Amino acid sequence: MAAVQVEGLSRHYGEREALDGVSLSLLQGQTLVVFGPNGAGKTTLLRVLATLLRPHAGEVRVLGARLPGEAWAVRGRIGLLGHEPLLYRELTARENLRFHARLHDVAAGRVEELLARVRLEHRADEPLRSLSRGMVQRVAVARAVLHDPELLLLDEPRSNLDPAAVELVDPLIGSASGRTRVICSHDPGGGLAEADVVLGLRDGRPALLRAAGELRAEEIVELYR
Amino acid sequence: MYGKGLRALSISTVAVMALALALVFFYAPLEAEQGFLQKIFYVHVPLAIVALCGFVAGGLFAIQHLRTRDPRWDMHSYVAIHMSLIFGVATLITGSIWAKGSWGHWWVWDEPTLVSFLIVFLLYATYQPLRFAIEDPERQARYASVFAVTAGAFVPLNFIAVRASTAYVHPRVLGATSNLPSQMALTFLVSLLGIALLFTTLCKYELTAKHTRAQLRALRRLADRRAGTAVAVAPARARSAAPSVHATAMTAHAPERPGI
Amino acid sequence: MRRTVGALLRKELLVELRTLESVPGMSLFAVTTFVVFHFALQRSSVDGDLAAGILWVTLLFAAILGINRLFVADADQGGFDGFLLAPVERTALLVAKALALLAYLVALEIVAVPAFALLLLGPSLGQAMPQLLGVLALGDLGIAAIGTLVAALAVRTRARDLLGPLLALPLLVPIVIGGARATSPLLTLGHAGDPPTRWLLTLGLYDLVFGLIAYALFDFLLED
Repeated sequence: MAAVQVEGLSRHYGEREALDGVSLSLLQGQTLVVFGPNGAGKTTLLRVLATLLRPHAGEVRVLGARLPGEAWAVRGRIGLLGHEPLLYRELTARENLRFHARLHDVAAGRVEELLARVRLEHRADEPLRSLSRGMVQRVAVARAVLHDPELLLLDEPRSNLDPAAVELVDPLIGSASGRTRVICSHDPGGGLAEADVVLGLRDGRPALLRAAGELRAEEIVELYR
Repeated sequence: MYGKGLRALSISTVAVMALALALVFFYAPLEAEQGFLQKIFYVHVPLAIVALCGFVAGGLFAIQHLRTRDPRWDMHSYVAIHMSLIFGVATLITGSIWAKGSWGHWWVWDEPTLVSFLIVFLLYATYQPLRFAIEDPERQARYASVFAVTAGAFVPLNFIAVRASTAYVHPRVLGATSNLPSQMALTFLVSLLGIALLFTTLCKYELTAKHTRAQLRALRRLADRRAGTAVAVAPARARSAAPSVHATAMTAHAPERPGI
Repeated sequence: MRRTVGALLRKELLVELRTLESVPGMSLFAVTTFVVFHFALQRSSVDGDLAAGILWVTLLFAAILGINRLFVADADQGGFDGFLLAPVERTALLVAKALALLAYLVALEIVAVPAFALLLLGPSLGQAMPQLLGVLALGDLGIAAIGTLVAALAVRTRARDLLGPLLALPLLVPIVIGGARATSPLLTLGHAGDPPTRWLLTLGLYDLVFGLIAYALFDFLLED
């Protein structure tokens, strides 16, 4: 069964169409990479799939639940890592993660485990505002996978991360994590390498939808022209 | 669909208003204490009642909007509140004139109805700024509806609080309509009907105008798409506090109307 | 629901403890306002209606400071999204925020009421204290309910610092009326009597109605 099934999805802000007639299908364990210039609707698509935005038209099924009606059934099974870390700057990494652990009914031990995996145990008791952006991003990765989500929605997940940090978070959000993933990317080469399916968006409309194997990086670059 | 019956409604409004004015000036007796000035009562009180009912109606439409997400209910709510604000200004002005005439002051704080009306008016005065401060039209409509429901419930509660806080020092013309002499009561009721009709007619005009504009925009967009240009010809106004029913919602209803 | 409210409230108080953005500001504002009243009225002590009015107006304006800040961290730092992604009831956020605001108001009054008694109030509070606390509690409940709703309504608008107070003030007028009327006999020389029942009832009715309204409408402010 498809983990994500979208048919003719539209979402508008007033008169502006942010998404218009987007369709896609993603099997469990697969990775979809979404390309497109800024403002093409990538973030809107992620927010719709995350149940944060209601679709205005079309059929959206995420992990078997129809959105927006059955959104309650998938909350807590989705991990979102967007541009914003969704963390409180005044709280420490540990406090932030514990807060989310309580919301998701996850044991506190999981917080410690993840802090260790993103190598932040030694800075875990400093307020986030005193950490570097890369460190905050690592905390955000830990937050996104805290509840062991089946579906990961990632918006340029490796921005702000140095190569060492990328290696740290890859087991959590990379292809090795075994999770179904939807990733927004601007990096044709890197994005293509981890994709099973590629979706290209332009002005909210699907400009490209193909299996990654049949695609060359130049075709993706073409999207940005 | 909004334009239907507009002419009949307009004509009956004019007729009832004319009748009401005739009754006010030639039929209703002069009040013993206040004399001619008291006749402002036939304008002031119906204005206030209609404005308050309009505010509450705005709240009821807003409940419908929150339940159905149909932007047309938001438009109803917007128009009702917008019109009530205009009627509210008229109420406050006529009330001041009346107060000046009978008590010698433009404003009297121990007139609970007037004071609570002012509070309600001040609250609703933030309705437009609230809408204006939210860009996404859908959220604007939803937030405005939340406001309209809250404020709609506030209207009666506020009246209870203010009325209870004020001792009745002044002789009140409006105790209850049943206390009025029958000629006055009749005049009052006809005036009330006239003002209520005026309110309805104006609301209907505004709704029709808004609806027509939205239809026109939708048709233009449709034409643009058929012509193959993706960009809309008529750019949406940069920011707007007024609800606009979205084009797709309008085109969905287009087949209902003949002539398109 | 309880677990969620607990987690949210705990986070709320932790952030407040860390930033000290609300309670100290509100308390300081209240004390300063009493000083301003002293000079503006050119009186060294007040009692009765005037005292009740000053107390409630000051508390109201100080409360508005707290209301204005209530959701700012959540709106600016993605707290709303983080909350909405969790499989929890949305009402929990309303309850937690209202409880937090209530806690801020109580903290404010712990400072403001003694300061008022010390700086401005003529008659001593003495035995009127328990009744005064009761009236304050009734007022606080209403302020917390309506304040949370208004704060959520205003925070994601462009002019939130302006809209918050503009929306909250008229909505809170009945609280000021009821609160001041119920408090005034307690602040009169020789204690003129108990707070009139009808004012307590008005406050109670207001708390109930707006508590229900906030409960019914809050969810609509969260979805997009």
